[in-house]
Amino acid sequence: MDLQTVGNILLQVLVGGLSLGVLYAIVALGYTMVYGVLQLINFAHSEVFITGGIIAYLVFSGLQGVAMNGYVKLLLAGLAAMAVSGLLNVLIERLAYRPLRGAQRLVPLITAIGVSLVLQDLLRFLVGLRGQFDLSVPLPQGFANPITSVLGINISVLNLQVKDVILIVVAALMLVGLNLLVNHTRLGRAIRAVAHDRQTSGLMGIDANRIISLTFLIGGALGGLGGVMFAMKYQALNAYSGTVPGLKAFTAAVLGGIGNIPGAVLGGLVLGWLETLLGVISLFGSIPGLAWLGAIKAEYKDIGAFLALILILFLKPAGLLGKATTEKV
Amino acid sequence: MTSLSASPRGLGGDRTLALLAYTAVTALLLIFMRGFVADGPARLLAPVLFGAFLLSLLFAYQWRAAGWAKTLVFAVGIGFVLPFMGRDNTSYFDLVIQMLIFAALALGLNIVVGLAGLLDLGYIAFFAVGAYLWGVFGSPQLGAVTGNPVFANGVNPNLFWLFIPLGVLAAALVGVLIGLPVLKLKGDYLAIVTLGLGEVVRIFANNLDVTNGPQGITPIESAPVPWLNTLAQNLGFSEDQYRLFFLYFLVLVVIAVVILVNYRLDRSKIGRAWVAIREDEIAAQAMGVPLLRTKLLAFATGASFAGAMGVIFAAKQNFIDPKSFDYFQSIGVLSMVILGGMGNIAGVFLGAVVVTLLNLMVLPTLSEVLQQSFPNLNQNLDPSKYQRLIFGLVLVLMMLYRPEGLLPSARRKAEMHADEPAPDSLVTQNQLEGDTGSEVFSPGLSTMKENDRTGSER
Repeated sequence: MDLQTVGNILLQVLVGGLSLGVLYAIVALGYTMVYGVLQLINFAHSEVFITGGIIAYLVFSGLQGVAMNGYVKLLLAGLAAMAVSGLLNVLIERLAYRPLRGAQRLVPLITAIGVSLVLQDLLRFLVGLRGQFDLSVPLPQGFANPITSVLGINISVLNLQVKDVILIVVAALMLVGLNLLVNHTRLGRAIRAVAHDRQTSGLMGIDANRIISLTFLIGGALGGLGGVMFAMKYQALNAYSGTVPGLKAFTAAVLGGIGNIPGAVLGGLVLGWLETLLGVISLFGSIPGLAWLGAIKAEYKDIGAFLALILILFLKPAGLLGKATTEKV
Repeated sequence: MTSLSASPRGLGGDRTLALLAYTAVTALLLIFMRGFVADGPARLLAPVLFGAFLLSLLFAYQWRAAGWAKTLVFAVGIGFVLPFMGRDNTSYFDLVIQMLIFAALALGLNIVVGLAGLLDLGYIAFFAVGAYLWGVFGSPQLGAVTGNPVFANGVNPNLFWLFIPLGVLAAALVGVLIGLPVLKLKGDYLAIVTLGLGEVVRIFANNLDVTNGPQGITPIESAPVPWLNTLAQNLGFSEDQYRLFFLYFLVLVVIAVVILVNYRLDRSKIGRAWVAIREDEIAAQAMGVPLLRTKLLAFATGASFAGAMGVIFAAKQNFIDPKSFDYFQSIGVLSMVILGGMGNIAGVFLGAVVVTLLNLMVLPTLSEVLQQSFPNLNQNLDPSKYQRLIFGLVLVLMMLYRPEGLLPSARRKAEMHADEPAPDSLVTQNQLEGDTGSEVFSPGLSTMKENDRTGSER
């Protein structure tokens, strides 16, 4: 293996990891915002996320024969997924979490796990009504085309497809939009106030329940959009395929510092790169002296995420961008 | 169901006659109706009859009745009715053994979650350790891995007896290894990390050569017990039921040990230390409870039950693959603990029986009846595939409406009703600061304060 090949692989990891990382980041934002206001791991977020993917499948396959610009189809799928997933998330909060407000922390956590399992089978049932389980997503024309050159420079070594670029651009727009929303609007200020101290924010005239609902709406909508991106990137999903990406997105949120929005993005990117690198690392086994790398199967990349989680909680429990807190007695 | 929640002592009169009558009626119905409920839509009655009979064992435990009557009900139920049904229909045998295996798992998880208050979402990993330990050594897989023709059929099946304690040791060791790095974490962080580690174990099982990857391992031996086989033969069991006959009694013995250990631990110094940690870690530490060691002990003890049952599970199934050990199985065991009532042995047992009955009898029966009635039914709507729904509904409904479980332990019940006299209980009023006006309590779940990210060992 010469230096050229190593460089090419690393470049592909950089770009592939970026598109995976922003996907994790979008989903991680849903976890981190909910955690910020409720200190709850919303396990059901992985199903809210995959609901978006199923909506994308329905829109894309429904419009498959229709002569329509691919980007309009994507816009429709994105809007539908954001609406459905956002409302689903609000509904979950209203029915399952709000009655438990004020209970000890593990009670809503266990409830969230239960909601996640119930939703998995409800989705399976709804998809099953159409006689399906594994869904294969038809992409709009041209989305899977490879990009070989930009401004005359040959970039075919990057293995980039149009959909990867769409994914990165949409995610970047969403992150900028969310940043504006949280830091520069009244709603954003209210969300931050509730996250900081729910009781005092109530005294300042903020309706905490309404803000929590809105946070679930925003987080769910982001999750739904993440689902559309997931469907576009992998083109295959079923009612259960939200669990593992959801878990990793949560890992990303913890990695960056839970409750911290830039942290979630950083965590997602780190995780995306780590996972993509682990997926191809066995290729480096042919380099003299690094033969042991050849034993790392691509399947072990999932382990990398969890080991990274344990490591970060062990070394820097507050996450990469989180502030350390001391325990009050 | 009111009798489930009512105190056995608060019911007043003696119920010996009622117990005997109920047991006799349900047992006779189960036995004599078995032909009637064997096929057609009447099959839907089979789980009802079986469940009604199993309830008599619960009543024998709960009701106030003469000791001889209770003993009689247990002896006849466990010694005669269940094996009789098993002889008639092997699936009953399979189901009962599976219930007992899950009950042991739930009792192990009960120590970790119910007593020590550590939410472990990767518990099934310890079960996998036991199952793969015997799965590899007790099958041709050992010959394939070592390349040694001596082990072409695995080790001597008699070593099964040795592998049960080995499974306990191996699982406890893995429990300590996993526990050491993660037990510093608290609450939801511990939950997510244990979930991740459980997945790591499954991913290894899915990819290593030793475990034969996703194809799994088969056939797995069980210990030869000629005298028991002769006994089974004389009792009219068919040859393919001998193994289940043996494992049924073995599981009963193991579960008796597990219950005894659970019971003794609950009332020991260690048990009180676990409860103290669950209620308030800092206070417990201040009282001289060594946090890490006590938590590790809870982890290892819970794991060891799962290890022993894993060995037996491998022998019973004759086949294991990584699918039996995925994340939602861990949640399944958790739902058993939550349904029955954390911290209470009878409650946890009840939870395991109910959830297993729902998953392995009610759902499959429903799907078979549906398929018979509607042969063209969409395969994707097959009820037997909707196990997650059961686990999920159990968790959500219990947390929302009855967080203390169907059969809460006396200590827990006292906590739930703090206004009533409860001389030997800790009254848990330590809610979140800033959260007021809530009526929801959850005894058995550790109390959390804001910003509890990691342990207090600094």
